[in-house]
Amino acid sequence: MTRYVGTSVKRVEDPRFLQGRGKYVANIALPGMAHVAIKRSPLAHAKIKSIDTSEAEALDGVIAVFTGEDFMNGGCGALPCGFTPPDIELPLHHPVAIEKVRHVGDEVAVVVAESAYIAEDALDLIEVDYEPLPVVVDTRQATGDWPVVHDGMDSNVSFHWPLGDEEATNDALTESDHVVELEVVNQRLIPNSMEPRACVAQWDSFDEEMTVWTTSQNPHTIRLLLGAFTLGIPEHKLRVVSPDVGGGFGSKIFHYPEEVIVPWVARETGRPAKWVSSRSESYVTDRHGRDHVTKAKLGVNDDGTITAFHVTTWANMGAYLSTFAPLIPTALYVTLLSGLYKIPTIFGEAYGTMTNTVPVDAYRGAGRPEASYLVETIIDLAARELGMDPVELRRKNLIPPDQFPYQTPVALEYDSGDYPKLFDKIEQLSDYQNLRREQEKARAEGRLVGVGFASCIEASGPAPSAAAVGLGAAIGLFESGSIRVHPTGKISAFTGSHAHGQGHETTFAQIVADELGVPMEDVEIIHGDTDRIQYGVGTYGSRSAAIGGSALVRSAEKIRTKLRELAAHLLEASVDDMVYDQDEGAVYVAGSPDSKKTFAELAFAVTTADKMPEGMEPGLEETTFYDPANFTFPYSAHVAQVEIDRDTGEVEVQKYFAVDDVGNVINPMIVEGQILGGIAQGVGQALWEHGVYDEDGQLLSGSMMSYALPRADGFPSIAVDRVETPSPHNPLGVKGAGEMGTIAATVTISNAVLDALAPLGVRHLNMPLTAEKVSNAIAAANGGGE
Amino acid sequence: MRLSIEVNGQSHEREVEPRVLLVDFLRNDLGLTGTNIGCDTSQCGACTVHIDGLAVKSCTVLAVQADGTHVTTIEGLASNGQLHPMQQAFWDEHGLQCGFCTPGMIMASVKLAEENPSISDEDVRHGLEGNLCRCTGYQNIVKAVQAGAAAMGGGS
Repeated sequence: MTRYVGTSVKRVEDPRFLQGRGKYVANIALPGMAHVAIKRSPLAHAKIKSIDTSEAEALDGVIAVFTGEDFMNGGCGALPCGFTPPDIELPLHHPVAIEKVRHVGDEVAVVVAESAYIAEDALDLIEVDYEPLPVVVDTRQATGDWPVVHDGMDSNVSFHWPLGDEEATNDALTESDHVVELEVVNQRLIPNSMEPRACVAQWDSFDEEMTVWTTSQNPHTIRLLLGAFTLGIPEHKLRVVSPDVGGGFGSKIFHYPEEVIVPWVARETGRPAKWVSSRSESYVTDRHGRDHVTKAKLGVNDDGTITAFHVTTWANMGAYLSTFAPLIPTALYVTLLSGLYKIPTIFGEAYGTMTNTVPVDAYRGAGRPEASYLVETIIDLAARELGMDPVELRRKNLIPPDQFPYQTPVALEYDSGDYPKLFDKIEQLSDYQNLRREQEKARAEGRLVGVGFASCIEASGPAPSAAAVGLGAAIGLFESGSIRVHPTGKISAFTGSHAHGQGHETTFAQIVADELGVPMEDVEIIHGDTDRIQYGVGTYGSRSAAIGGSALVRSAEKIRTKLRELAAHLLEASVDDMVYDQDEGAVYVAGSPDSKKTFAELAFAVTTADKMPEGMEPGLEETTFYDPANFTFPYSAHVAQVEIDRDTGEVEVQKYFAVDDVGNVINPMIVEGQILGGIAQGVGQALWEHGVYDEDGQLLSGSMMSYALPRADGFPSIAVDRVETPSPHNPLGVKGAGEMGTIAATVTISNAVLDALAPLGVRHLNMPLTAEKVSNAIAAANGGGE
Repeated sequence: MRLSIEVNGQSHEREVEPRVLLVDFLRNDLGLTGTNIGCDTSQCGACTVHIDGLAVKSCTVLAVQADGTHVTTIEGLASNGQLHPMQQAFWDEHGLQCGFCTPGMIMASVKLAEENPSISDEDVRHGLEGNLCRCTGYQNIVKAVQAGAAAMGGGS
């Protein structure tokens, strides 16, 4: 029985946000605090011939100016890469550039001043003499005979990651009735969490301890990397706090140079130090997402049966390998190429290339949207080439419900699913057949109406630690959860997960309250502080509920076990006869609820500790490090109807329907919020967003004026529904809900637009499907060719 | 320069540099950090406050330009421990996730609602074009603004 789990409890964290009391890093003000500003490279690739900081240092209010040499000589190590597949070439990444800059925005010098305004003024007084070097921004171009971005590397290819049986795949393609070939670009995106990154640090010279407040999704990982690699302060002398964080979407997972610079400055100057990114800085420093170029071949027989899939992808890694960058186009991408389908043989390979652009790493979905985009785009193309309905072709190839667990040809074992049920539900919700009829009518009237369909899989909740480390991860991907019961029965629950919009303070409290049978208001969830939580892996890959939530469930089970033993002792009964009533929050002898000991009574009994069973310790606190047995595999089917203005090429999203299976749902309101927000980001990629570089490596879409973010008026009202197939391997039966919306919406919208343009003979257009791109395609089609 | 300003009902007299933005003055000089800064091109609206009854992006105003005005920030919206109906509506309708855009979004929404208590879906979406949210996809914000507008209309 549950009282909270499964219900839309309003979020307990909201009152502080609603009243302007969010605890964001940029709001921290410490006595004597100095302000840090960073001189960044205006060039994409250049040798630093000299840096003259004298004028800046002379400015009134400037405390110090530092360059890369100062940081290197002062003990700062290079930023490490935390995912290293076999034979990877690892370029060095200094927190502040040494000798060369490799992308616009690269850190060149650091000003410390009495105010943020003075620090900014001083940046303009630093003279840097650069010798420009050849620039490469395109991932394919970088692989050729192009000068290397990093001197130590043989070429710009950092790694090659093949998976699957290439020979069998090629043979199967040869024997297929049809081979559908497609080359696609999954464009570069810029995450744009609404809160720009920030870092504050304070050095306690008495205890020789450092505190770093940073906008991170995983403060323990940042502490580990600061301690072991970049700052050289041992972990037990280092506290990393991520208080309220204003959105991440992946971009706040990584260890950034500023997280090294600011604490180093604080120790060096003896002043608390603060850096807050401007939005302009965010565009050229926050790690970007996607940027894949892919060639694919899909084998299909006349009856629509898929026979084989061959994929080669070039993934742009940017100027340095960011913390998890190589993971994205490999273990989170190639492994997802089977989609929801039974494909007898698949071969996929990814090349990671270095270029003179901002490093690319995980962005909402991270590899999985790129895989879904490819699979669902090429399947639509196959349907068009075979003259089949795209839903019918997909249904024909779905993995049947009785074949779970299902081993794909690309490493993953899907745990559970009922894909035909998903299809039934989305066809019903969207009235798919009617949408097609309406489309036919519209087409007869000469209107460009498109219906887009996509059904996507995600591997969320990374991952069993042994599997992750086996693939190249530097750390295990478990999660910790502790429950501390205070003498009065109030509870502090500590999680290594981190919330930056997801609502853990609510959902995790729902879990703990139900597990122990106490009121939710008696449970406080504590996260984001390495001094309060013993260890944590953090929040990304839609892992919090499945792994962090499960850790708390296991700790609650341990609490219940202890309280049953204690109650048995107090009631002079056998443990085997004791019932822990989770509705009542009480323990009693089976059949005699009147004999009960309440949760609060038992919590106090372990504190007086005068009547403990033999061998039982006083106190009531349990910790679990939960390592998942597998990923979870949420899936979804989305449908969109779009109409294109023939004259302007503008795409209007008219209707949108989403059905997702994220397993059991802890808080339907929050899950729906995640799906809706995810859909908006997916629509953003499909229609508007694009991180564009010119050939000199200048970011042309480097502000909110030139990078088109979704706005309130860009959407219709979205209809959301779900099917629930519990994950069989975690105690909550949950799957990840954070990324599915984005994964599915991107390709659903893209498919809808391509469906609208199909009668004109347009075979494929890469995203974003802007008015300009679409109207050019219409004009080219009207001119008789593409 | 000398600045005389009333913020959330409290009068302040301060010496400020002429170049200081109103948002920096509110955050750094008055410690009102509820007004967030999300961009530097006046696109995101996170810093929206009310100046003499108008919703204004406080990153586009110099503090000294607000001399002699009455400013309301998100901290000044609730009264006597009661959330403003728009704050309550954002809570009820799950109109926020990370909370960073929320103060500006609510301040802009209050003004939209004052102009039109029975505001349409389309008018909310159009009216909030200048406020960016990366988390919610706007759908629940639209619902919240409509609910908040209705509650405000009924209350005053």
